[in-house]
Amino acid sequence: MSTPIIRMDRVTRRFGKDVLAVDNMSMDIEAGEFISFLGPSGCGKSTALKMIAGLLPVSAGTIDIERPSGASEQDLAFVFQEPTLMPWATVFDNVYLPLRLAGVKRAEAMPRVMAILAEVGLTKFAKTYPRALSGGMKMRVSIARAMVTHPRILLMDEPFAALDEMTRSKLNNDVVRLAKEHGLTVIFVTHSVFEAVYLSSRIIVMAARPGRVAADIPMQTPWPRDESWRTSVEFSAVAQSVSETLKGTLHVDDLDH
Amino acid sequence: MSTTLITEDTDAPINTEQQSREKRDRLLSWLMPIVMLGAAIGYWEWAVWYFEVPHYLIPAPSRIGQTLITDGPSLMVSAWFTVKLTLLSLLLAVVGGVALGALFALSRTVEMSLFPFAVILQVTPVVAIAPLILIYVHSTFAALLICAWIVAFFPILSGTVIGLRSADHNLRDLFTLYRATPWQRLRFLLAPSALPQFMSALKVAGGLALIGAVVAEFVAGAAGQNTGLASRIIESSFRSEIPRMFAALVLVSLLGIVIFLLTSWASRRVLGHWHESELRREH
Repeated sequence: MSTPIIRMDRVTRRFGKDVLAVDNMSMDIEAGEFISFLGPSGCGKSTALKMIAGLLPVSAGTIDIERPSGASEQDLAFVFQEPTLMPWATVFDNVYLPLRLAGVKRAEAMPRVMAILAEVGLTKFAKTYPRALSGGMKMRVSIARAMVTHPRILLMDEPFAALDEMTRSKLNNDVVRLAKEHGLTVIFVTHSVFEAVYLSSRIIVMAARPGRVAADIPMQTPWPRDESWRTSVEFSAVAQSVSETLKGTLHVDDLDH
Repeated sequence: MSTTLITEDTDAPINTEQQSREKRDRLLSWLMPIVMLGAAIGYWEWAVWYFEVPHYLIPAPSRIGQTLITDGPSLMVSAWFTVKLTLLSLLLAVVGGVALGALFALSRTVEMSLFPFAVILQVTPVVAIAPLILIYVHSTFAALLICAWIVAFFPILSGTVIGLRSADHNLRDLFTLYRATPWQRLRFLLAPSALPQFMSALKVAGGLALIGAVVAEFVAGAAGQNTGLASRIIESSFRSEIPRMFAALVLVSLLGIVIFLLTSWASRRVLGHWHESELRREH
């Protein structure tokens, strides 16, 4: 077996003295996997993601990310829950940002930015300001910005939670397509069972208080799947079994609110 | 189940009523203030004439206009003095406020150490400090400049500090993820995020710089050493030349209006394409 691209070893994160946001989380993630962190709010899934990104320090344990020698450019990208665009900059400039910060000149970056904008279907909107875009389009700008450096790892923190059903399902397919075409390793945080089941090659079910891994479910169905699978009997069966696992992790008092 | 697709291939009728209403609204937004201002001045002129108010009590607008022309050259010299004083103090307030604000935003320690001084300067009325400054600073112009600067400086400082701190926390994380240098962070994230607060601080400081200049001139004017508009007002009041007081007052007002229009225009230029405060909304 090859070395995992991400290895988490007994990772723990405390906030203050009393709050144990992530407790003793260990796992290996192989290159090319599409992993969902699935769990109720407060189970530490976003905290775990931010630690992998290096945005939060671990309190204990280690996170190793395998980097091939000579990988100089940004190889890890993050998509936030909100589109997190700069309102004063055009779509082009928002997507250009990671390259600009890496010192790439505008003229040199131009073809790369336009190529990724074409991939997410926003070529016509390069000169538009974010305020003129719909929620789904803003999210696609955010994804394009993450993809523009050709990362190997894409971390997504409940990116589509605020979108309507149609847009969400469309973007789900877009992300899977991008992941496959670019050979990405994706960690996708979500609280939607259906989203996790449809997208993932492996689901990590997390439980709250303290935040921990409750179940590690490899998906048997070949990946990626097409839209018709959403309405199949198999999909319902898998979703139901994952739901049962998730319910088993909940405390009785969680169900009240 | 059958589905019918609806296609549209004829042009929809244009709502001409709505278009003409928008045109009328645009016209009215210019016309109404001018008409109302004209009416107020007209009433003033008429009332002075009708009630036979003597011009040494309340001069009619026409007499004020006449004074503006006859005393024009000497008033213009004073006006230029006040303009220089106001704009220079505003400029120095922007330079100082932004520099110190950036320093505060970068370091909590610097902020904690220096903030008390900024607050003391802000809360002590400039009229109370001005006589001391006039004693210690030899050049009257420099002394007046310091007074006006003290007043205009604080809003710029606090606007800059709050603005620099108001950057979206996810965007901050994004810049961390892409290993932005401190300079890149300031240039591409903090400075643009600070612009809305900075521009509104600039509008406030523009007005305050003029107030500071006028107040300082009043304090110094009693000593009769300078020629700003405010000292002309005092001088005219000693001589009971009421029309000239009004004429100087009109010029001070005009200066305030010009500063307001300039700062508002700058704000629209800088924020107009993205920030809520300056966006035009369709009704």
